[in-house]
Amino acid sequence: MDVMSQLRRQLLEHTAFLRKEGFLDDQFEQLQKLQDENSPDFVVEVVSIFFEDSEKLLNNMAKALEQKIVDFKQVDAHVHQFKGSSASIGAMRVKNVCIEFRNYCEAQNVEECFRCMQKLQYEYVLLKNQLEYLFRVEQQIRAAGG
Amino acid sequence: METARQVFRRNLQENVEVCDGSPELHVLAVDDSLVDRKVIERLLKISSCKVTSVESGTRALQYLGLDGEKGKGSVGFDGLKVNLIMTDYSMPGMTGYELLKKIKESSVLKEIPVVIMSSENILTRIDRCLEEGAEEYLVKPVKLSDVKRLKDFIMRGEGKDSGETRIRKRRRRDDHSSLPQSVTLSSSPALACDPSSTLMPSSAPSACSSKRAKLCI
Repeated sequence: MDVMSQLRRQLLEHTAFLRKEGFLDDQFEQLQKLQDENSPDFVVEVVSIFFEDSEKLLNNMAKALEQKIVDFKQVDAHVHQFKGSSASIGAMRVKNVCIEFRNYCEAQNVEECFRCMQKLQYEYVLLKNQLEYLFRVEQQIRAAGG
Repeated sequence: METARQVFRRNLQENVEVCDGSPELHVLAVDDSLVDRKVIERLLKISSCKVTSVESGTRALQYLGLDGEKGKGSVGFDGLKVNLIMTDYSMPGMTGYELLKKIKESSVLKEIPVVIMSSENILTRIDRCLEEGAEEYLVKPVKLSDVKRLKDFIMRGEGKDSGETRIRKRRRRDDHSSLPQSVTLSSSPALACDPSSTLMPSSAPSACSSKRAKLCI
């Protein structure tokens, strides 16, 4: 099998894996459909914005949870935003942690909120690594003339 | 008796700018999330719409000339007429609902259809928005099929019935006689009008994801 076919297969298999493991849902595929010759880097662009956004939000959440008196409404606002943007790119596992997190914000449970935040950070880093790998393979395909 | 379709067209006909016979919708998108703005812009551009996107209700009103300056009608400050406003519901400062209210309270802007987008599928919220005059309530993430359906919805009001008196859009709660609306609370919103609409049950769980006048054309 030539390099191009191998790369394409890698891409397909990895995307299928991410779907199967729940990292990504349908929405990611919807985004891929929006990419074409007029907007060839659309997915990478959106995901890059998502990464930047996410890191800010995670920082904000951490700061809010470290306060002596936690402002749960504030924490919830950050989680709500994160939930929204993760849903928009199809980041299902991240989104689901956000949903759980919001419940604990409502319950004003500091310990559980902390646990959720850690879980969120973990899932986010995992997803980021997975997507960056995916984009690297795509880049290789393009470089090889695909 | 007039068909619902004719009533519908009359309501919407003045909303579309037709230039050189090739109508292109100009949509004003309002969302505080940069990710979502990027996605909605792409969805609209791929659907051959012009897009202007802003990050807040305040900016939207500024663009529409409603922030104290002399009303410029539905023409944005850059001279482009706005045919549709799509706004996120939860935004800091002015919510989408508040923006909707301000638009519907404006004699100059109230005819512009407004669509609310929200990640939350809350019936009371949906009802409130529709009662305030929102055209539709879309549950995020917004899909290409949603945009295509909206575009058709608005374009159908274009052209043919010019010359007839237009019925002003009334608030839905007073509106018993005109549009044959139905709220489906079923899990399979079967909107038969647009064959390309693909509302999958998986993305629209128990509550309805959008309420609209069901016109099968």
